[in-house]
Amino acid sequence: MELDLTLLLSSIVAGAAPIVLASVGETVTEKAGVINLSLDGSILLSAMVGFVTAYRTGSLALGFAAGALAGGLVAAVVGVFSIYLRQSQVAVGFVLTLTARDLAYFFGNPYSRLYGPQASPVAVPGLGDIPFLGPVLFGQSVPVYMSLAAVVLAWWYLYHTPRGLALRAVGENPRAAYARGFDPRRIQLLYTVAGGLLVGLAGAAFSLAVKPGWGRPQGAEGTGWIALAIVIFGGWHPVRAALGAYLFALLQVTGIHLQDVWPSIPSQVFQVAPFPLMIFALLLTNAAWKKPEGPAAGTGRSPAARFLGVLTGAPPASLGRPFLRD
Amino acid sequence: MDTERIRETAARTALTVTAVLGLLGVILLAAGAPPLEAVKHLFLGSLGSWMKIAHVLTAWIPLTLCACGLLYTFRIDLWNIGVEGQVMAGAICATAVLRMGAESPLPGLWLSAAFPAGVLGGGLWAWLAGVLKTRGGVNEIFAGLGLNFVAQAILLWLIFGPWKRPGIASMSGTKPFEPELWLPTLSGLRISPAGLVLSLAALVLTGWVLRKTRLGLALKAIGRNRRAAFLHGLDPSRYTLAAMGLAGGLAGLAGTFQVTAVYHRLIPAISSNYGYLALLVVMLSGFRAGPVPAIALFFACLNVGSIQLPMMLHIDSSLSGVAQGVLVLAFLFFHGRYRRKHVRQPGGGT
Repeated sequence: MELDLTLLLSSIVAGAAPIVLASVGETVTEKAGVINLSLDGSILLSAMVGFVTAYRTGSLALGFAAGALAGGLVAAVVGVFSIYLRQSQVAVGFVLTLTARDLAYFFGNPYSRLYGPQASPVAVPGLGDIPFLGPVLFGQSVPVYMSLAAVVLAWWYLYHTPRGLALRAVGENPRAAYARGFDPRRIQLLYTVAGGLLVGLAGAAFSLAVKPGWGRPQGAEGTGWIALAIVIFGGWHPVRAALGAYLFALLQVTGIHLQDVWPSIPSQVFQVAPFPLMIFALLLTNAAWKKPEGPAAGTGRSPAARFLGVLTGAPPASLGRPFLRD
Repeated sequence: MDTERIRETAARTALTVTAVLGLLGVILLAAGAPPLEAVKHLFLGSLGSWMKIAHVLTAWIPLTLCACGLLYTFRIDLWNIGVEGQVMAGAICATAVLRMGAESPLPGLWLSAAFPAGVLGGGLWAWLAGVLKTRGGVNEIFAGLGLNFVAQAILLWLIFGPWKRPGIASMSGTKPFEPELWLPTLSGLRISPAGLVLSLAALVLTGWVLRKTRLGLALKAIGRNRRAAFLHGLDPSRYTLAAMGLAGGLAGLAGTFQVTAVYHRLIPAISSNYGYLALLVVMLSGFRAGPVPAIALFFACLNVGSIQLPMMLHIDSSLSGVAQGVLVLAFLFFHGRYRRKHVRQPGGGT
């Protein structure tokens, strides 16, 4: 029984790695006040770039680097268009979602269904021998370690460094940050790209580890949207976002098992189950933060809402609004 | 003053087109394909014969219908990303009606009943996303997108389950309807006059409603300033649902057209990505009805022209999607530069 639990948890930690990377990256971007809506396309493009690079050079490290770069590049376009050209972040992000996806299919076509390099598990010396936690956390492949490191680093950076404070200040109140001597636009662009690099790593983690190889469909389609929803569900906090990603992976694994238990339910239902679940999670999140109206006004949030409020959080106050200096 | 504006618009358009052609040239060269050859095949593949032109118009009809619907939702500042699912919902409802009329002595009756059914199906699917927003506070982007996946699942389940082709269920879709249940097409060409008339009517009607009616004014007022409109006595929730319903209804009509005039059955790819594409069309039109037909026609040409690219040049047909996306990005880029130069006050000119 204990062996089963270890196996289950380690498969969740491994399978959730790309979603953790993507949602932590997007959390960083949104904390600075910018929405990078292009995640679904970015992930596919970087998955393709990562796989093709690793396939042609034979180097996994180069594959991950190229994937990250692709994600950073798409994010840079979102950043420049929205921060400096004042275009709607949603508009640019949405166009890029479609364009990056089509670019991935266009350039990836010759590399479909090829066998390429894959990241294999590397136990961390010493730590891998710890009973239970060892195999779950330290007997994984490199992208999983990257996902764990990203969570810890993002949390530490956001809440325990002066630069993290500046990042959050820009997301909450760019004018005040500007008055304090920061350049909100430079900071926003910087963290949009930084978040994009993590999203790019998420794509490479798909094509080089979790769902190895390239194809149409690759299998990562739709996860960008899930990651975007997890950022909201996680209340714009990297650790909570990661927990949301693990919860999601747990539900996915459960779904696979339920499929064996109830073979009469068509497989399509299980395949799309994440999406109604996403809507439901957002409904819950909103219920937790909705201000009471009408007769209930002034009585504070209901106990259920307060309980949910522990799990979720409020968005950065200036999320999605460009900073105008005049 | 006016000539200066025209000159500026012309200059911006020239810049946009040059940028798009340049970028596409680079992309094609990177893929190892000769750019001029590719343009030639795109042109011949879309406008090279009457058959191909008919094919382009067949793609233009659903694209225009979806774009018309999106004009309503954009007017009230909603991102209705759920068009794709609304097309599917409309197609499913239309198919349900046509299946009931399979062996009826009055096929014309069932065929005409399929249209309101499709409109209703699409409208209800959009309304659902609207309710999730107005009642549940779920952003319409996530609600619409989630419902797209749900609609796709229902579609696949129907094709592989209850509505499967006798014998074997397959990705090729349900059993085709009897020809009596097909929307009539011109002899020799697979183009439906009724479909063309419907989309033109939708265009004219949408332009009229948005510009000349109280509904259009209310949508615009709420879209521009939600709070002010609310204080003025307009209920944003009600108009949100109305706009969603209209958009979904038109998308459902597009789905019905796909079923009755194009495929004559339900297939997994019944929406053909037109929902997402229509969003790009409307963005490129500057959210106005006037330029929609021309842009939709150009996008339809790219889609149809790219079909033969894999055979002729061994490159993927997703080139059309890349071209469409790059075009919108270039438009936003130069438009953004224009606005930056001319509009100085915060939030102005949007």
